Amino acid sequence: MKEVVVGLASCGIAAGGIQVYNKFSELLDAEKDETALKQTGCYGMCFREALVEIIEDSKRRTLYGQVTPERVERIVNEHLRGGKVIEEWIVKEEGQFLAKQKRIVLHNCGKIDPLDIGDYLASGGYQALKKVLSEMAPEQVIAEVARSGLRGRGGGGFPTGRKWESCRNAPSRNGTRYVICNADEGDPGAYMDRSLLEGNPHSVIEGMIIGAYAIGSSQGYVYVRHEYPLAVKNLGVALEQARARGLLGKNILGSNFSFDVKISRGGGAFICGESTALMASLEGKIGEPRPKHIHTTEKGFHGKPTNLNNVETWANVPLIINRGAAWFSSIGTERSKGTKIFSLVGKINNTGLVEVPMGITLREIIYEIGGGIPSGKKFKAVQTGGPSGGCIPERLIDLPVDFDRLTEVGSMMGSGGMIVMDEATCMVDIAKYFVKFLTEESCGKCVPCREGLDRMLDILTDIAGGRGREGDIELLEELGYAIRDTSLCALGGSAPNPVLSTINYFRDEYEAHINERRCPAGVCKELITFTIDKEKCNGCGLCAKNCPQQSITGKKKEAHVIDQTTCIKCGLCRDNCKFDAVVVS
Amino acid sequence: MVELTIDGVRTTVPRGTTVLEAARSMGIVIPTLCYDPGLTPYGACRLCIVEVVKGKRSSLEASCTLPAFDGQVIVTNSERVKKARKIIIELLLSTCPTSKKLQDLASNFGVNEVRFKIKDKGCILCGLCVRYCKEQMQSGGIGFVGRGTSRRVGTAFGDTPDECRNCGGCEWICPVCERACTADSLMNGLCGGCQNYAPVETCTVCIGCSESVGARGHKVY
Repeated sequence: MKEVVVGLASCGIAAGGIQVYNKFSELLDAEKDETALKQTGCYGMCFREALVEIIEDSKRRTLYGQVTPERVERIVNEHLRGGKVIEEWIVKEEGQFLAKQKRIVLHNCGKIDPLDIGDYLASGGYQALKKVLSEMAPEQVIAEVARSGLRGRGGGGFPTGRKWESCRNAPSRNGTRYVICNADEGDPGAYMDRSLLEGNPHSVIEGMIIGAYAIGSSQGYVYVRHEYPLAVKNLGVALEQARARGLLGKNILGSNFSFDVKISRGGGAFICGESTALMASLEGKIGEPRPKHIHTTEKGFHGKPTNLNNVETWANVPLIINRGAAWFSSIGTERSKGTKIFSLVGKINNTGLVEVPMGITLREIIYEIGGGIPSGKKFKAVQTGGPSGGCIPERLIDLPVDFDRLTEVGSMMGSGGMIVMDEATCMVDIAKYFVKFLTEESCGKCVPCREGLDRMLDILTDIAGGRGREGDIELLEELGYAIRDTSLCALGGSAPNPVLSTINYFRDEYEAHINERRCPAGVCKELITFTIDKEKCNGCGLCAKNCPQQSITGKKKEAHVIDQTTCIKCGLCRDNCKFDAVVVS
Repeated sequence: MVELTIDGVRTTVPRGTTVLEAARSMGIVIPTLCYDPGLTPYGACRLCIVEVVKGKRSSLEASCTLPAFDGQVIVTNSERVKKARKIIIELLLSTCPTSKKLQDLASNFGVNEVRFKIKDKGCILCGLCVRYCKEQMQSGGIGFVGRGTSRRVGTAFGDTPDECRNCGGCEWICPVCERACTADSLMNGLCGGCQNYAPVETCTVCIGCSESVGARGHKVY
């Protein structure tokens, strides 16, 4: 018996996974070929999607990458019917990509069918729930989670056990308590939570049921972005299946414990990832944060004790119950236990979803798992923690990744986005990009965040546009510290990070923009000019053909010239030149 | 009752009192714009920030929303607080340059230069009008529209709402729009702050802006 498994998470679908799946189902005859066609979530190697895995006799597996509908026919004929593996299409990076990883939360992601609860049950799913309901008192569950040292994966890094305990012990007049799963993942370049919900929704649901039992809650919510249609769909199917099997609803698994989960879809406001703003939005109010002097574990959703955790945190819970706190705390560093999922994006060879033990160095993630920087360019910086994280320069690349060390160097763990930048990245431009994002996503309630970030963007735009003035760097720093100190919520409190960290580590770039009106990386359009090196140009005409402005002229086999008056500095000529003749200065 | 220390003085206040109320009852001046004793604290203008000392570390918190706890140590006028307030006033002035109240505040705090781009919006989004309309007039005819820099006070779909009884409360409670500075020269500014400066340019932005006019400063009105 053979199995053909097609990766149909968002990354797979974007790479044409559905067409591949359809082609397989068209060509394969289930009985004649003795082949079952299945789908699964994200396997992590998004750079090789669409991925197709062929499993023979449930052990011999072959992983094909970048499969297109055209390639399906050959796979069916040669591999499935002929028994001959097509060597050139096998994903060769798999060993290198997985070697340094420790996939425990993502273990089933990319293996099981997210739409089939049977797959999850067969892989040991809901055993933790069974164990909790039959053997453990709620206090024991909390003690176990506390002992494991699990810290919130949404960015704050608050000890999960302590949060659960304070929620359980918070007074509630009619005993109502809520648990919420925060799946409002809005960071540019981050998709850990989406992949988990798409690829293994049951692990999150199981974690929530265990948490609800420990805290004493009977109603849970998953606040998920409306922009994640597949995650919403898979989660909805998973909830239905769990209900049908008595894993959700009244008297779960014959116990006295009842609990159910509702899905609430967010409208796409970044600020609604903040716990109090999320609860306001869930209540149907404007999604804006409130001061947290009284914690949400005491007064949260509808004024009741509410425990909010991130998708990844919830998915860690069944593992801790199954394998024990001692096992979990054996992974990681002294104060950050377990693993962390990162979405590795940007200028890196192996773009994808990686799960690594805490304490691994950035070098290992970038060079060993990520496979280094494409086209031989030099690594410059890595931005961790989403838009409000900081940029970590090359000299700190041996930094072990955990909550406290990242905070020490002016960045943060955040929810786990990791954007790698090469030498062709301008740090002023990057800071400008993130501040622009945060200016648009600020709720606008408090002055430092709303007006401060807006003025910060003005100054950065001026610097990038060659209108920077002496004292601008100091003004940015002064403003940055004031915003960080005085903002109402964590969005404003961390928003100046990209600016402050780039000033800290790349001050010379800011100075070059201001004093010399020069962009060292050749990115800021108003400060650069494109010219053609007459020595190198052989007059192939490729640049002229691709120029959207028709600014490039020249005779065949003679050096071409760029008309500076009409050039819009799009850089297409440089990208297309095969002889490196286009020079940016 | 809870006992806390504000600016080195121990005081006892009923449980549920905010730090702002406790400090004001002691006669300590803390500037506010979005606070009104009759409305729910909102914590938007951040002017009332104070330094909360926790051992060796300290943080800045808005005192209007900060409940008084036992053993709290508060400093209302430290260098850190003053520096942060000055930046906030500067930011507020850049959004509402003609407000007399803001100019007075600037004058009091020695802010005599706005280093940021002036974007006159005529509103600091303190939310007093919104809360007054809802909480005091039980109307709720106005609310916030939009997010981030496009946030503004408005009515549903831009129409005059049925709930509005034309009480004028929103206008009455507004801290910035009631008496805009209309001076045509620095000498005649309402706040008086600008009289400390020699008239260099004709400008209605009378925050003592001799330094802010010119190449670095904002546009001359």
